[in-house]
Amino acid sequence: MTVLDNTEIEEILTKMAEDLRTFLQERNRENIAIVGIHTGGVWIAQRLHQLLGIDEALGELNIAFYRDDFSQIGMHPSVEPSNLPFDVDNRHVVLVDDILYTGRTVRAALNEIFDYGRPASVSLVVLIDRGEQELPFKADVAGTKMSLKAGEHVKLTGPDKLSLVTSIPAK
Amino acid sequence: MNLCIRKGHLFDPASGLDTVSNLYIRKGEIVAIGRKPAGFEIKKQIDVNGRYVFPGLVDLSARLREPGEHFKADIASETRAAASGGITTLICPPDTTPIIDTPAVVELIHQRSEQSGKTRVLCLGALTHGLKGERLAEMYSLKEAGCIGVSNAMQPIENTEVLRRAMEYAVTCGMTVFIQPEDPWLGSGTMHEGAYSTRMGIPPIPETAETVAIARDLLLIEETGVRAHFMHLSTARGVELIRDARKRGLPVTADVSIHQLHFTDKDVESYNSLCRVKPPFRHHSDKERLIDGIKKGVIGAICSDHQPLDHDAKMAPFSMTEPGVSSLDVMLPLVMKLVDDKLLDLETAVRAITHTPSEILGLPLGSLAVGTSADLCIYDPEQRWTVSENALTSAGKNTPTLGWQLKGKVTHTLLKGRIVHKSRI
Amino acid sequence: MTAQKPGIQLNKKGRLKHFLTTEELSRQILTEILDTAENFAGVGERAVKKVPLLRGKTIANLFFEPSTRTRTTFELAAKRLSADVLNINIEASATKKGESLLDTLQTLESMHCDMFVVRHANSGAAHFIASLVAPGIRVINAGDGRHAHPTQAMLDAFTIRRHKGGFNGLKVAIVGDIMHSRVARSEIHAFNTLGVKEVRVIAPKTLIPAYMRALGVKVFHDLKLGLKGVDAVIMLRLQRERMQGPLLPSADEFFKMYGLTEERLKVASPDVMVLHPGPINRGVEIDSEVADGPRSVILEQVSHGIAIRMAVMSLCMGSVE
Repeated sequence: MTVLDNTEIEEILTKMAEDLRTFLQERNRENIAIVGIHTGGVWIAQRLHQLLGIDEALGELNIAFYRDDFSQIGMHPSVEPSNLPFDVDNRHVVLVDDILYTGRTVRAALNEIFDYGRPASVSLVVLIDRGEQELPFKADVAGTKMSLKAGEHVKLTGPDKLSLVTSIPAK
Repeated sequence: MNLCIRKGHLFDPASGLDTVSNLYIRKGEIVAIGRKPAGFEIKKQIDVNGRYVFPGLVDLSARLREPGEHFKADIASETRAAASGGITTLICPPDTTPIIDTPAVVELIHQRSEQSGKTRVLCLGALTHGLKGERLAEMYSLKEAGCIGVSNAMQPIENTEVLRRAMEYAVTCGMTVFIQPEDPWLGSGTMHEGAYSTRMGIPPIPETAETVAIARDLLLIEETGVRAHFMHLSTARGVELIRDARKRGLPVTADVSIHQLHFTDKDVESYNSLCRVKPPFRHHSDKERLIDGIKKGVIGAICSDHQPLDHDAKMAPFSMTEPGVSSLDVMLPLVMKLVDDKLLDLETAVRAITHTPSEILGLPLGSLAVGTSADLCIYDPEQRWTVSENALTSAGKNTPTLGWQLKGKVTHTLLKGRIVHKSRI
Repeated sequence: MTAQKPGIQLNKKGRLKHFLTTEELSRQILTEILDTAENFAGVGERAVKKVPLLRGKTIANLFFEPSTRTRTTFELAAKRLSADVLNINIEASATKKGESLLDTLQTLESMHCDMFVVRHANSGAAHFIASLVAPGIRVINAGDGRHAHPTQAMLDAFTIRRHKGGFNGLKVAIVGDIMHSRVARSEIHAFNTLGVKEVRVIAPKTLIPAYMRALGVKVFHDLKLGLKGVDAVIMLRLQRERMQGPLLPSADEFFKMYGLTEERLKVASPDVMVLHPGPINRGVEIDSEVADGPRSVILEQVSHGIAIRMAVMSLCMGSVE
């Protein structure tokens, strides 16, 4: 079931770009580097990158090698490799993901970023905040909050026309 | 004791017997077939009910591992296994420890096997001292001690001069030379040279490892006039060489190991160390030509080439394992499988494990003729069983037939009229 | 003692469990190894050259045959995956008896090793070990006798794919001691499965085993004929002990007939690439001008070797039942 269509998401993204700009200005963070988490996070990051008019190339993270569930579920099907086309040291990094759920993905992404260098700061931007974190993370900028029923899943589809769909997997 | 074997399917290629009848035994000899002789008082009888009664099997090569390798097997265990496989005469090659190159070792083996009393054990003496291929063994003394022939077993004689002289000396002593043909240099690998060895990266043993040796040996046999027997042929080309030599009138005979008629190099795939043997399992076409060689009489005998090993001997990467198959227990069912599979007729098959090997040894065995030793093998061709470590009597459990469903089991074995094996059913 | 099943490399779900040979593995699995290695290739260029994937796992390098080079790349790969590494060099004399090999394995299992990387002078050794280890333990073959060296083959495939974009339509020649080469055997299977158009082997008859064509290769004894139109040439290392004896008269004569020079490369495709598993015998199998020249990818191969080994280790370790 589609819960947010493309038009609605684009509206949210415009507002997120504004919020992010304000957030960064208040903290005097300039010369930021945007990093999206594969796959949905990269799509969101690309939009924000455009809306904020940043020249420097976007960073992409594939956190497959940093997951904490390797022993339980093994290797994930491989996607694009991580690519941070800039020096992370002393940069203000804006980490972008589509959905903030348990916080474990953010944990993995932070670990990976720190393996590239020592950023001056990292702020977290997400499209959807489910509010069910299991780790001490909170989004600095969130597009919208959403609570789901038990067993319900939410997924961002793209990359051309983004929309948000929920599903309850058949038992 | 007077014994009557009742209503057995007496089957003996040597005397042309193929009939259901009674067989009478007195003082260890077959005294009559069919009608009870006058004055014969039956003390005991075995009801065979139409099961086969074959002459006791004669096996041209079986290692007993005694003296010297008790951790693998011993005379007691292996003669028991032979009896349970219907084998009443077996030939022990000279590569024991110490080697059979002195009468004392022969006497020891005879003594031990008589203690066990399960099967007749005859020895091959060494052809060269210590099997080293350097100086002659005391063949005359070995003959006096009871050796039935001489052999260098699995140690090829590299020095052709020594081999020629050894053959001449064997002629002098009236001994048959038993040869396992192998060129020591070409035979240094561990499996048959073919597509499988190439893929598996196993050092190969080419066909020529056998044929080069046969060709050389045949020329020396021709020159020296020695009576020779080739053991454990494995190649089609080897069979051809023996066939041609026999056509020329050379006094040569040959045998094949039973497992060579069931396995090929494909079975070694996945590094199955139980399939490591010497000579190696060859190509499928070699196997077919070996069977054909039996049909045509070029290969007279099928032997067990029994080589029991301890468990650890096969627990290593393929080329580091010891070669050999334990086969006394499965020999007869595997021969009969060839008959069931219509690859051999019953007469040829039974002849190859009874009469012809006795002829090769020059012994009046392997027959049900009246007046011969009452060595019998009573065989139930329908009994099904699964080969497992527990089902094997031999101390060696190293057979690639583990897990096979086999048809046919020996129910009784008689040696000189004495029951030396009786199956539990 | 029992027969090993051919499917020993895969788990019940068809995922890679042990990596013993490139033979009998599907194109899908080989491609997955290459793709995963692509992801790991960048790790070595970062400030922290490590990912935490195998943190807490213990990998034992069991080397029954000395090889500092191969062991080092496996060790580095394991460390970049954050695994703990044990290097165990076992003298050949100590394992003459099969039971001491078993003892070694049992000891290591009781130390809770999760993976064995095995190098052994006997073909089939890695299969043998894989058939004996406890169910949770993974085995990677780092070279067994003349049989297989699958990670080396995959790193060469990786290097070729990076340069050529893929394998379709390619002609690849392997030159040198094919007879004793586990690398050649593993490459032949991998290249054929990955879709290489033609795999050639070039060597004197003494260094090509009988029935070689059964592996799906074209056999050449003439270097010039064999190199004609090839897109990649893999030069094998010629072991010193083979240079004189019944297989070859001398290293000089081998170089005269089979040594790779710029001049001889002219018949190959214009953008031919030259590979060598190392270490190079300059002036025996390859001329320095070629080894250090623009067509040579020999140094790349080394760094790709680490990525491939990281990929294989993580795929095997990650194939949970």
